[in-house]
Amino acid sequence: MSKILDNLRYADSHEWVKVDGDIATVGITDYAQHALGNIVYVDMPEVGDEVTQGEDFGAVESVKAASDLISPISGEVIEINEALEDEPELVNQDAFENWIMKVRMTDPSEVEKLLDAAAYGKICEE
Amino acid sequence: MKHYDKIIFELSRAGRKGYELPADKYGVDGMAEIPADLLRTQEAELPEVSELEVVRHYTNLSNKNFGVDTGFYPLGSCTMKYNPKINEELAALPAFMSLHPLQDEKAIQGALELYWNLQRMLSNIAGLAEFTLNPYAGAHGELTGLMVMRQYHRSRGDHKRTKVIVPNSAHGTNPASAMVAGLEVVEVKSKPNGSIDVEDLKPLLDDTIAGIMMTNPNTLGMFETEILEIADLVHKAGGLLYYDGANLNPLLGKVRPGDMGFDIMHINLHKTFSTPHGGGGPGSGPVGVAKHLVQFLPNPHVVKREDGTFTISEGEESLGNISTFLGNFGVMMKAYAYILSLGKENIKNVGPLATLNANYIKESLKDDYLLPIDGVCKHEFVFDGLKDKSTGVTTLNVAKRLLDYGFHAPTIYFPLLFHESMMIEPTETESKETLDDFIEVMHKVAKESRETPEVVKEAPLTTLVRKLDETTAAKNPILNYRTLKAAEA
Amino acid sequence: MSNRYMPHTEEDLKAMLDKIGVASIDDLYVDVPGEVIYKEEYDIPSAMSEIELRKHFEELAGKNRTLTVFGGGGVYDHYSPSVIGHLLARSEFYTAYTPYQPEISQGTLQYIFEYQSMISELTGLEATNASMYDGATAAAEVMFMMVASAKKRNRVLISDTIAGNVIKVVKTYASFHGVDVTVIPEKDGVTDLAAIDKELETGDVAGVIVPTPNKYGIIEDFTGLADKVHAAKGYLGVYADPSTLAVLKTPVEWGADVACGDGQSLGMPMAFGGPYLGFISCNKSMIRKMPGRVVGATKDADGKRAFVLTLQAREQHIRREKATSNICSNQSLMALYATIYLSLLGKEGLKEVNVMSCDGAHYLYNRLIATGKFTPAFNKPFLKEFVVKTDLDMEKINKRLLDNGIMGGILLGDGMVEFAVTEKRTKEEIDNLVNLMTEEQ
Repeated sequence: MSKILDNLRYADSHEWVKVDGDIATVGITDYAQHALGNIVYVDMPEVGDEVTQGEDFGAVESVKAASDLISPISGEVIEINEALEDEPELVNQDAFENWIMKVRMTDPSEVEKLLDAAAYGKICEE
Repeated sequence: MKHYDKIIFELSRAGRKGYELPADKYGVDGMAEIPADLLRTQEAELPEVSELEVVRHYTNLSNKNFGVDTGFYPLGSCTMKYNPKINEELAALPAFMSLHPLQDEKAIQGALELYWNLQRMLSNIAGLAEFTLNPYAGAHGELTGLMVMRQYHRSRGDHKRTKVIVPNSAHGTNPASAMVAGLEVVEVKSKPNGSIDVEDLKPLLDDTIAGIMMTNPNTLGMFETEILEIADLVHKAGGLLYYDGANLNPLLGKVRPGDMGFDIMHINLHKTFSTPHGGGGPGSGPVGVAKHLVQFLPNPHVVKREDGTFTISEGEESLGNISTFLGNFGVMMKAYAYILSLGKENIKNVGPLATLNANYIKESLKDDYLLPIDGVCKHEFVFDGLKDKSTGVTTLNVAKRLLDYGFHAPTIYFPLLFHESMMIEPTETESKETLDDFIEVMHKVAKESRETPEVVKEAPLTTLVRKLDETTAAKNPILNYRTLKAAEA
Repeated sequence: MSNRYMPHTEEDLKAMLDKIGVASIDDLYVDVPGEVIYKEEYDIPSAMSEIELRKHFEELAGKNRTLTVFGGGGVYDHYSPSVIGHLLARSEFYTAYTPYQPEISQGTLQYIFEYQSMISELTGLEATNASMYDGATAAAEVMFMMVASAKKRNRVLISDTIAGNVIKVVKTYASFHGVDVTVIPEKDGVTDLAAIDKELETGDVAGVIVPTPNKYGIIEDFTGLADKVHAAKGYLGVYADPSTLAVLKTPVEWGADVACGDGQSLGMPMAFGGPYLGFISCNKSMIRKMPGRVVGATKDADGKRAFVLTLQAREQHIRREKATSNICSNQSLMALYATIYLSLLGKEGLKEVNVMSCDGAHYLYNRLIATGKFTPAFNKPFLKEFVVKTDLDMEKINKRLLDNGIMGGILLGDGMVEFAVTEKRTKEEIDNLVNLMTEEQ
């Protein structure tokens, strides 16, 4: 059974968002890291890149699978988790602790379109 | 030398050599004419080894390989048939191998004649008007064929057609080729037997569709029985039909893709026409087209003049060039030799016997392995793992255990329609005795899986190397000897 | 139904059909609509025995002519040591499939690893893939790598001094995939670097591809180019003849991020245009955008050194339409060819091949100029290939050479003729060439 945190919002493409003012921290869920298996590479955006809700901003790779990262919100990337460049396996160890990017949101209301923990939990069960 | 484990660089000793060149012969120092700042300063650390060391090293490496000549290779969708030896010898004739591709056409008439003859034979076998032999491989043929498709629509000023329909059961190369050709992929659903769902197809067919990519028999080795209706629907909607020749083998002697309504196709000479896979290539992926598409084939192409001589020509409506010259000529020679060896009397038996062999294995093993789609298959079929999965033995385990028994594994985990896919293709060149040996071993592995599953899960146990650490290899890639030496130090 | 490649006896057929539970093989095709069953006989010749087949090939061979080659144009008549043919004929190599089962494919995997190591030694760039189809398609793939790496930029500059047939292929790929290609003009036989500077100003350039040596055989000087391309946030690619990299300044020394080219010059038979191989090498920043197969070193369950296909998640069979390329094979056996060639020639031999080709080319060049009937076309440094100008009727002269068993220079138009000389050409052959070309008729 995968871990789901109550205080986060989720996309059905298995990313989570933590909102702090107009800053959103984005990562992939515990369910997603389980499904991928041993993660060997995280293709991250660059600071300054514009990301758009529903469009890909990178990818995660395991040995024999790869999955696009879909941005749950729109805005400008202000920080990326550089630790993942050398230790992508951190995502396997704790997917919620090891975020991927921080974004200054252009439209914080977009968060409303995302799922809460209960709704996301249902998707994972299906 | 079973445990030989050296890398060629580790044999290197300064001052040793494996070559001999003529003594200085021109009395000119050409290198002195090149300014020093255009020369490399750091030396390339290539190995320095004697000729015998090179011969032993690569002979030992060959012993760590498994080829069709080593044993049965039932790799689904790869058509690992016997590679006749005479073809290797003929393709190595110096009168062909020493031809510079830009030689005067008077000095290459034999090569052009061979190219043209092969092109005609493939056209006849495929039921299409003309072939280009320029594409280097199956994927390259797919790309070329899709370019023909787009060029056709472009020539009609029909720029809206930017999408291509691909079954969701298709091999990943199909959508990747479409992407490279600048086409957007639209997936059509498959029915449980792998066939295209015609009802799902119909609403997709609008005026943005350039065409559809299919293979027949489909990925599960089953014939697409509704092919004529599909062809009619796609053509009526203004699209073209592309035939992926990966599964052509069972149709030899029975069905021609052109007669099923396909407009464009590629053939893998390294599958259907017996040229060696070479450990991954070189292959050859000729592309054939129906009459209305001939002018769009890539440049250059070989033309026969009225006086019976041959020349190389370029067409203005062509999609352009996709290869430096005329493709992998050395591979074509082998396919040509194969077709002539079989001749019209035997080539028609290729498909039926390949189909017979596949059905024989299927019927002999379906008591122990789960056959999701019953009924006659063509050249290959798919099991969804063991019938009895209670001990947790997977398709991967079975595949690895086969290696212990001296067989190559089937294709595994493809197609994606089943969780434990195991795709078996025996080809027509295998004898009943070989098939019986394989069937016996497969039964034995099934029995082991029930009685001593831990042994099967540990497999392979007898190969030169055992299960490999692929995660570390992908996480910290070591891609050359310098890096490896540093890592091992 | 049997023949020498199909072993089925009548007895086998009966037993197998019985097991399947059908009466005839035709019953295995009952699912095929009757109207598409092919009822005619193929329009191909009757089966040939080996004796007849050999005779037929000898007849075709008799219509070709083996020449003493002075043409280049991207294909060079270098010598192939005898050992290579013998080792490539080992069927454990050539009858194997792609090494998807690493436990029984260590031979293939290891030689690909050695190949990657050797090409990386030549280019100086860290990562080399297991090979591409040819130089031209490798260049097209490098264009895609540049566009994929430089996000949101879709234009690639390619020098007109790269061989014409390579540029044609790059343009075909670009036109269908939707990449803007700008061909940078040449000036006095070399890339017009000022034109590159100007294009870089627009800020939309993903990469620049330049050659070494170029299509005229000239060794161009790219000092300062990499800094400018990098300052404009683009990638620099060098299209190189890998044989020459034993002596010429390497892609990494020019500051390139990626290199590509055709492996034919590594002793491969000219073979009427193929099979050869294409190579791609790149630095770390581009590895995950590099197409094709890659082999990495790892360990097995017992801690033993072993080799395996790696970085597979980028490939078409997993990424489908999200992959950067559709390539799913490599020219594996030709990579083995190059590997054995480079092992035999080694560190010193490959340099000697270049020195000898260079000496021969300069000897021919000097002799042609000395006749007074040829003049230098560019006056730029060259290695084994060069261009001269003449007022002579070269079409007629090349016919005369052909009658004498020689492939003369390639005619580039405007009285320009391009010659290539490899270590295989003797002084006598060169003297004979010059005499035949300049004799009065």
